[in-house]
Amino acid sequence: MSEINEAKSSISRETVAHVNRFGGEHYQYGFSSDIEADRIPPGLNEEVVRLISAKKDEPQWLLDWRLDAYERWQTMAEPDWAYVDYPPIDYQSLCYYAAPRSMENAPKTMDEVDPELLRVYKKLGIPLAEQEVLAGVRKVAVDVVFDSVSVGTTFREELATHGIIFCSFSEAVREHPALVRKYLGSVVPKSDNYFAAMNSAVFSDGSFVYIPKGVRCPMELSTYFRINEANTGQFERTLVIADKGSYVSYLEGCTAPMRDENQLHAAVVELVALEEAEIKYSTVQNWYPGDENGKGGIYNFVTKRGDCREARAHISWTQVETGSAITWKYPSCILRGDNSTGEFYSIAISNNRQQVDSGTKMLHLGRNTKSKIISKGVSAGHSSNVYRGQVNMHPKAKGARNFTQCDSLLIGDKCAAHTVPYIESKNKSAIIEHEASSSKISEDQLFFCRQRGLDPEEAVSLIVNGFCREVLQELPMEFAVEAQALLSLSLEGSVG
Amino acid sequence: MSLIEIKDLHVNVNGEPILRGINLVIKGGEVHAIMGPNGSGKSTLSYVLAGRDGYEITKGSIAFMGQDIAALPPEARAHLGMFLAFQYPIEVAGITNMTLLKTSYDALRKARGEEAMNSAQFLRLVREKAAALQMNDDMLKRQLNVGFSGGEKKRNEILQMVVLEPRFAILDETDSGLDIDALQIVAEGVNAMRSPERAMLVITHYQRLLDFIRPDYVHVLVAGQLVESGDAALALKLEAEGYAAYQNV
Ligand SMILES: Nc1ncnc2c1ncn2[C@@H]1O[C@H](COP(=O)(O)OP(=O)(O)OP(=O)(O)O)[C@@H](O)[C@H]1O
Ligand SMILES: [Mg+2]
Repeated sequence: MSEINEAKSSISRETVAHVNRFGGEHYQYGFSSDIEADRIPPGLNEEVVRLISAKKDEPQWLLDWRLDAYERWQTMAEPDWAYVDYPPIDYQSLCYYAAPRSMENAPKTMDEVDPELLRVYKKLGIPLAEQEVLAGVRKVAVDVVFDSVSVGTTFREELATHGIIFCSFSEAVREHPALVRKYLGSVVPKSDNYFAAMNSAVFSDGSFVYIPKGVRCPMELSTYFRINEANTGQFERTLVIADKGSYVSYLEGCTAPMRDENQLHAAVVELVALEEAEIKYSTVQNWYPGDENGKGGIYNFVTKRGDCREARAHISWTQVETGSAITWKYPSCILRGDNSTGEFYSIAISNNRQQVDSGTKMLHLGRNTKSKIISKGVSAGHSSNVYRGQVNMHPKAKGARNFTQCDSLLIGDKCAAHTVPYIESKNKSAIIEHEASSSKISEDQLFFCRQRGLDPEEAVSLIVNGFCREVLQELPMEFAVEAQALLSLSLEGSVG
Repeated sequence: MSLIEIKDLHVNVNGEPILRGINLVIKGGEVHAIMGPNGSGKSTLSYVLAGRDGYEITKGSIAFMGQDIAALPPEARAHLGMFLAFQYPIEVAGITNMTLLKTSYDALRKARGEEAMNSAQFLRLVREKAAALQMNDDMLKRQLNVGFSGGEKKRNEILQMVVLEPRFAILDETDSGLDIDALQIVAEGVNAMRSPERAMLVITHYQRLLDFIRPDYVHVLVAGQLVESGDAALALKLEAEGYAAYQNV
């Protein structure tokens, strides 16, 4: 372990240096690319739902499912309980589907993908050629979603030899309809909430993963989301199924160009872990946060939920949230199987005018279920950062336990941090522990670091990295490096 | 050439005059000791030399290697080779000793236009220096000063000094809290760093430290002024007589 820690700690310096080479540009992924797109006219109505389904050549059952979701959505209201503030969104002015034109005749292998698209990913630093990945420490299979469609998935053949299915959602609908039909909406019902219902009606693509019984997935799986088109929402859907006794670690990354208007991202992620299966789901969310004055940026309204459906299943969410103008996101676990465990490790950073309302829900239904929540919120600038968490112990959840630790760090005196924990216990044998702290970066620490030669931004970045350590440690190595660099980048300009 | 030259330095903290006309010249190769009663302004002097915010120079000047540094931020002074071993060492949770050392070391290298040092090479260097201070690997992996005993924290400050190899080091009561053996180990570490290019300012309450680190000059700071200077013998006299003679000056 010590070697890994040493490596990790030395990496922090090297990454910071690497990141600094971008010349202090605040958001390095802010370029947009000129890729010819097939867009449908703006607006959300039955016509549009049918059109999206038709474009994907979907079976009738899925169209019916979408239409049902659309109907329910119309009767629902946007949630207003989160501590976020934004002007009303005109859902009829948004475009719900955009695809690169070159994808009309979907390429079958990476070699057939439009070179212009591949160049975009190269610029983003996402390896799409399998041999490039091989040069790295470990293999990572990538599914890439550009605006509304998946443009390609790597390492599929190698994964297939283990019986693992890793493909775009659309392809899963075509090739593995029984699995999709069985599990789609089984964790997040289509009318779960306003944004989930909207997603269920118009979701365009996303990733699908199935790990067969007893298989330990030999590499990290990842999806990389990119919004390119202006005025377009992204509504992807991810479904991960880990069959009995299997294991998978899944990573998700996101970026978008800098644009003056706000863009909507309303995704749904469903995880199903069967008996003794383990799913580790990590996110590094770096959507464009808007400028210093809060102009532009992504509205990230996402529903993520995992279901430990059978005994001894294990689901762990790790998230590093640095981007987006507004984040509304509560990756949760339903601990249904006896002795199942859920974990939530979160770093949420807000700077400038960003607003974050994020946290988790742990629903203890089974006996001896355990959950652990570690949340680290860092607020700077004029931002607002809310941890909202819910722990629920049902009468049958005998011997259930939860531990929650929720720390916030404030940089400057114009930002805000709130903690909103809801705890509900309907059985006496359940044990719930909650620890919370709130602190500021101290003058002493800053002076000390500067006396040791660090400039104020490096000093803040070091202290914040230390504050977030328990969560950073949970990330797969490949992501830990990127995440540490992101922490420093997203706090740029936060100290005078 | 003098390494540091302090002329008629007046410093206010929160509007209160704390230092009231300090004059001090320290040349390469020298070790100066400052002694003085609690609250006389010793730490204030160390902070103002290191450039801490909130220490307002109302009069006078500080030159380091011929350059006026009064307007430089703390990190720029560190880059020039100034080091302060804190009287009350700072904790940084989640950051290991090793990370802090590497981050600082690389920051100083960057300021000199050099590349970051290779991690394995740096680890060897630190292990060697830590061993000389009888600090083990576990200590390097622990979070910076978190849960360290008083003496361990002080030793840790010295480890940072010997790794960063400053031109000019201020040791603010590094001896307080060290046991007798530790004091000797730390003093050996400090003495090993003495060289004609380097100088030190050692703040202490106890003559004993000066048996191990022989100072060239001893100064007495009372109520924000250096009221007497002499050689090592002055420390012995202070030990015997206290500061009574200087009150009401
Ligand atoms: N931030 C501050 N606000 C108000 N007064 C201060 C501040 N910092 C220092 N002082 C005052 O300045 C005076 C000098 O303090 P300083 O810490 O320099 O003393 P010292 O000589 O180092 O004492 P000791 O031997 O106890 O370490 C004290 O009276 C102290 O109370
Ligand atoms: Mg003092």
